[in-house]
Amino acid sequence: MIAQAAQTAAAAGTFVAPEVAWFALTPLIIVISAGVLGVLVESFVPAAHRRTVQVVMTMVALAAAFAVIVWQGVTWLGEGGPGGVVVFGGVLQLDGVALLFQGTIVLMAFFALAVVVDRTAVKQDAFTPSAASIPGSEHEELARRLGLVQTEVYPLLMFAVGGMMIFPAAGDLLTMFIALEVLSLPLYVLSGMARRRRLLSQEASFKYFVLGAFASAVFLFGAALLYGYSGSVRFDAIGRISGAVAQGGAPENWELLWLVGILMVISGLLFKVGAVPFQAWTPDVYQGAPTPITGFMAACTKVAAFGALLRLIYTGGFSGSIDMLEAVKVALWVVAIATMIVGTVVGATQTDIKRMLGYSSIAHAGFVLVGILSFNNAGIKAVIFYLLAYSLATIGAFAVITLVRETGPGGEVLGEATHLGQWAGLGRRSPWLATCFSIFLLSFAGIPLTAGFIAKFTAFSAAVEGSPLLGSGTVLAVIGVLASAVAVFFYIRVIVIMFFMPPTETVTEVVEVAEVPAEVLVGGEQIAMNPAQTSVVVATGAPAVVVVRSEGLSAATISIMAAGVLLLGIVPAPVLDLIARVTDVG
Amino acid sequence: MIDAAWLLIAIPLLGAAVLLLAGRRSNAWGHWLGVATSGASFVVAALVLVALLGRDASDRVVDVNLFDWIDAGPLTVEAGLRIDPLSLTFVLLVTFVGTLIHVYSVAYMEHDADRRRFFAYLNLFVAAMLLLVLADSYLLLFVGWEGVGLASYLLIGFWNHVPANATAAKKAFIVNRVADVGMIVALMLMFNTFGALDFSTVLTEAPGISDEGTLTAIALMLLVAACGKSAQFPLQSWLGDAMAGPTPVSALIHAATMVTAGVYLVVRSGPIFTGAPDALLVTAIIGAITLLFGAIVGCAKDDIKKALAASTMSQIGYMMLAAGLGPIGYAFAIFHLITHGFFKAGMFLGAGSVMHGMDDDVNMRHYGALSKFMKITWVTFGLGWLAILGIPPFSGFWSKDKIIESAFAAGEGHGWQPWVFGMVALVGAGITAFYMSRLFFMTFYGDKRWTKDLSDGSELPVRHPHESPALMTWPMIILAVGSAGLGGVLAIGGGFTTWLEPVTGHVAHHDPVLPIPVIVVTTIVLVLIGAFLAWRQYAASAVPLTPPHGTPLTRAARVDLYQDAVNENLFMRPGQYLTRSLVYLDKRVVDGAFMGLAGMLALIGAGVKRMQNGFVRSYAAMMLAGFLVLVVVVLFVWN
Repeated sequence: MIAQAAQTAAAAGTFVAPEVAWFALTPLIIVISAGVLGVLVESFVPAAHRRTVQVVMTMVALAAAFAVIVWQGVTWLGEGGPGGVVVFGGVLQLDGVALLFQGTIVLMAFFALAVVVDRTAVKQDAFTPSAASIPGSEHEELARRLGLVQTEVYPLLMFAVGGMMIFPAAGDLLTMFIALEVLSLPLYVLSGMARRRRLLSQEASFKYFVLGAFASAVFLFGAALLYGYSGSVRFDAIGRISGAVAQGGAPENWELLWLVGILMVISGLLFKVGAVPFQAWTPDVYQGAPTPITGFMAACTKVAAFGALLRLIYTGGFSGSIDMLEAVKVALWVVAIATMIVGTVVGATQTDIKRMLGYSSIAHAGFVLVGILSFNNAGIKAVIFYLLAYSLATIGAFAVITLVRETGPGGEVLGEATHLGQWAGLGRRSPWLATCFSIFLLSFAGIPLTAGFIAKFTAFSAAVEGSPLLGSGTVLAVIGVLASAVAVFFYIRVIVIMFFMPPTETVTEVVEVAEVPAEVLVGGEQIAMNPAQTSVVVATGAPAVVVVRSEGLSAATISIMAAGVLLLGIVPAPVLDLIARVTDVG
Repeated sequence: MIDAAWLLIAIPLLGAAVLLLAGRRSNAWGHWLGVATSGASFVVAALVLVALLGRDASDRVVDVNLFDWIDAGPLTVEAGLRIDPLSLTFVLLVTFVGTLIHVYSVAYMEHDADRRRFFAYLNLFVAAMLLLVLADSYLLLFVGWEGVGLASYLLIGFWNHVPANATAAKKAFIVNRVADVGMIVALMLMFNTFGALDFSTVLTEAPGISDEGTLTAIALMLLVAACGKSAQFPLQSWLGDAMAGPTPVSALIHAATMVTAGVYLVVRSGPIFTGAPDALLVTAIIGAITLLFGAIVGCAKDDIKKALAASTMSQIGYMMLAAGLGPIGYAFAIFHLITHGFFKAGMFLGAGSVMHGMDDDVNMRHYGALSKFMKITWVTFGLGWLAILGIPPFSGFWSKDKIIESAFAAGEGHGWQPWVFGMVALVGAGITAFYMSRLFFMTFYGDKRWTKDLSDGSELPVRHPHESPALMTWPMIILAVGSAGLGGVLAIGGGFTTWLEPVTGHVAHHDPVLPIPVIVVTTIVLVLIGAFLAWRQYAASAVPLTPPHGTPLTRAARVDLYQDAVNENLFMRPGQYLTRSLVYLDKRVVDGAFMGLAGMLALIGAGVKRMQNGFVRSYAAMMLAGFLVLVVVVLFVWN
C-alpha cells in the first residue's frame, strides 16, 4: 500500500516521504545504535574506562530493547487487533511471531552478555588481550602483561544481535541475506578471539568463515533463482507467482527454478541452525570459540535462524503446487531425521564437553525441525517454546563451563577444563554448580519437570497432530522420541561423572578404550556404568581442576536459567498461553 | 477451635522438620522440643474436645476443608479433616499416650547418641497418625497410613547398626506393602463405584448401593489393608520382629496406636461393611483366628517384648472380632482399643523399665523376684496385668466383657456364629489370663534367676536391678491409673458408646445366646483358672533357666506357629525363583537386544565421527554432497 502510494506520488512527480513505523523499529534502532556508539566509544573513550562504558551501554541497550518489545507486545495485545506492522512496504514484517523471536533473542542475548562480561575471580575475560597478535608471539605476551582488553567484543555482539533481530522479521530475500551477513560476520570474528587455545580458536573462526561464506553463496544463488522464477525477491510476491504457476500457463519445468532455488535458500538457513548435512562446522566452532560466545551463538543464532526459516516457510515463500510443496517437505523430512540421528549418535561418542553440547545442539535442531515440519499453527508455537527452553539451558550450561577451569603446576588458573573426565567429582566439589548443570542436562534430555520435556512434548505432539498413523509426522515423532532416548545416555553420563565418580586430581593422558564396555576406568578404578559406554577415560597425572568464583553475573545467570528451566517445566501454561495469544494476534 | 484442628497435625510435623533439619545443633534441646510439640497437640485436642462437647450430639460430625488437593478430571479430592467423636477419641489417645511416651523416652534414650533423631521420628509418627485418623477422605487417610508406615519402619530399624533390626524393619515394611495393595485396590474400586473418595460421599452413598458384590469387594480389600497394619492373620508375621525397635516405640506404635489403625479403618468404613455381611463375617473370623493365634504364641515366648507383642496381636483380634460383629460391635471395638491403648502401653513401658534395670536383657527366664527391687514398675505393671485379665473393676473388664457378650450375640443370635465366636472369645480370655500371668509371675515373682550359673557352665553377668528414674516412672504411673479406672469411668451409663453414636449409629442389641450373668461369671472363673495355673507353674515352682523341650504345640508356638516358614515356602521361595528367572531373561534377552542396539549405534557414531576430520575441504565437500542428495530427493519426489 505504501509502495503504491510512493508509485503514484512518483508518477505525479512529487516526493512523498515514506511512512516509517518508528515505534515498531525502536528495539532494532536501540540495539544497532548501541553497536555504532560502541565503535565510537572505542575511538574516543580512554582505554581505562572503555570496558565500563561498553558494558553499561550494551546491557542498558539490551534491557531497553527488551522493555520496548514487551511494551509493543502489551500494546498490540491490548488493542487485540492485528499486531503486525509492515515496515518499508514489506521489507520487514514485524508481526507477533517476529516480536516473540526478537524478544527471545534480546532476552537471551542479555544473559549471554552477562556471561561475557563476567571476568570471574581470576579477573580475566574469555577474550585475548590482542586479537591481532600472533599466538605465542612477543606481541601477545606484551599485550597480556599490559593487561589490554579487547572491548570491541561489545559492539560486535550488538551488531550480531541486530542482525538476529532482523533475520526472523525479514520480508524479502535480500533483507534476509543482509541480516544473515550482519549476524554472521561479527560471530566469525568473535569465534577467533579466545584468550586460551588461540590456535584452535582461530582455526574455528576460519572454518566458520569459509563454510559460512560457502553457505551464504548457496543462499544468494538460491535467491537469484527465485528472483528469476518470480521477478521479485519479496516472499509474498514469490508466493503469488507460485500460485499463478500452479494454475498453468508457465513455460515447461518452470517450477524447477523454484524447487532448486528454495532448496538452496533453505540450505543456507539450515547451515546456520546446524542441520545435517550442513552441521560439520558446529562441533569445531563450538569447541574453539570462547565459551561465552559459544553460549551466545548456540542460543541466539539458532533462535534467529529458525525464526528466519519459519518466516520463509510460512509466509508465502512456501506456496505453490501441491507436488512442489511435497517435494521440499520430503527433503526437509530427510534432513530432520538425519539431524536427529547424527546429533545424538555422534554426540554419544564425545569426550569434550563443548563438542558434546555442539552435537547436542545439532540434535536439538533436528527436534525443532520436527516442530516446523508439522506445518500447522501448533507447530509454530511449539517451535517458539522449544527455542526458548533450549536457549535457557544452553546459555546456562555454557556459563557453567566458563567456571570449571584447569590449574597449572603453580596453581594458577588456566583455561576451561572441557574434558569430561575432568568433571568427575564436580558434584562434591561444587554441588550448586553441578546441580544447575544437571538441571540443564536433564532439560536437554527432555526429562519431565524441566522445560525440555514440555518443549519436546509440544513439538512432537504438533507433529503427530493431523498426521495419520504411520504418516510422515508420526514417523518423525517416533524417531524423535527414540533419538531423545539415546541422547539421555550422554546427558545422564555427565551427571554420573559429576556426582558418582571420585574427583580426578590430574588428567594428562586421555585414552579411548572402546573395547572395555560396561566399565569406566578412573584413576585405575573400575566403575560399572552404562553398558553402552563407548569412551573411557584413563587418568594419570596433570592439571588439576578448580571451580573459579564468578564475579556474580555468571552465577546469577546460571541461577536464573536453572530457575527458568524448572519454572517452564513445572508451570509452562502461562508462557504457552502467551505464545498462543501473540501468534494468534500476529 | 474446630477450625484450628489442622494445628494438631502441623505442630508435631513442624517439630519433626525442625529436629531433622536443624541436625546436631538441636541435640541439646531437641528431645524437649519433641515433648513440647506432642504436648501442644494434646492441648489443642483437649480444646477441640471441649468445642465438640459444646455441640449437639447430632451436630458432632464436622468436616474442615483445608485446601483443594487434587483436581484431575473426574477425580476431585479436597484435603480436609473430619472432626467427629471417633477421630477425636483417637486423637486424644494418640496425643495423650504419645506425650507420656515422649516424656518416658527422654530418660529411656538418654544415653543414645541419636536421641534427637529418635524424637524427630516420634514427632513424625504422631503427625502421620493424626493425619490418618483426621483425614476426611480415603486418599488423605492413605497419606497418613503410609506416613505411619514410614515412621514405623524408621523406628523399628532405629538401631540399624544391628543387621537383625534392619531386617525386622524391612520385614514390617514389606508386609505392609502387601496390605497397601489392598488399600489401593479399595481406593480404585471406590472411585469406580462412587466417583469420589471423600468420606461424606462414599459413606453416605454406600448404603444405597444395590450391588452387594461391589461393597463386599471394597470391604475385603479394606480388610486386607487393615490386616497388614494391625498384624492380623495372615499378615501378622511382622509384629513380633518389630520389637527390635526401642521399647517406647513398641509401646506407642506397636501396641497403643498404629497397629490399631486397621480397627479404625474398619469402624470408619462401617457403612461399607454393614452393606456387605460376608465381609463382616470374614472380619470376625479373622479376628477370632488372630485372637487365638496370638494367645497361643504368647504362652510360649520367653522374650518379654515378644510375649507382649503376641498379646497385642491377640487383643487386636478381639477388636477385629468386635468390629466384625457389625454395628453392635463397632463401639465396643473402639472401647477396647482405648482401654488396651492405656494398659498395653503401660505394660510396655514397664517392660522397658525392667530392661533398663536388667542391662537390656529381654529373656524372662533371667528375671524373677523383681517386685522387691522395682516397686513402682511392679505395681504399675500389676495394674495393667489386672486390666488385661479383665478382673473387675479394672479397665479391661469393661471393654473385653462387652466384646465377649456381643460375640455370644453374633449373627443376630442364631445359628453357629454366636456359639463359635462366643466360645473363642471366652477361651481366649482364659489363655490370655495364663500367658499374661506367666509373664507377670516370671518377671516379678519366684526366685532371683539373674545371678545363677547357666547350664553350659557360664555365669550370667552380675546385675543390679533398680527402679527407673522419675521421668520414666511417672508416665507409667499415669498410664496405670488409666488402666485401673478409665474403663469403669467410660462405661458409666454406656457413656462412651453414646459418645460414639454419631459415627457408629444407634443399634438395638440382640440378646446373647447365654444369659449375661452366666457369661460374666464363666469368664471370670476361666480367667482365675488361667492365672492360677500360671502361678503354680511360674511363681510357686522354679522356672528353668533354659526352656524345656516342651510339647509339639509349645515348640510350634515358639516359632510363631510356623508362620515364617509358611511365608517363606509359599511366597518368598517362589518369588525368588520368579525374580531369578526374570533376571536371567533380562540379562539375556532385554540386555542382549539393548547391548546390540547400543553397539550398533556406537559403530555408526564412530563412522560418522571419522568424517569429522577437521579439514574444511572435507566439510565443504560434505555440504555439497549433502545438498546434491537433497536436490536428487526433491526432483525424485517431484516427478
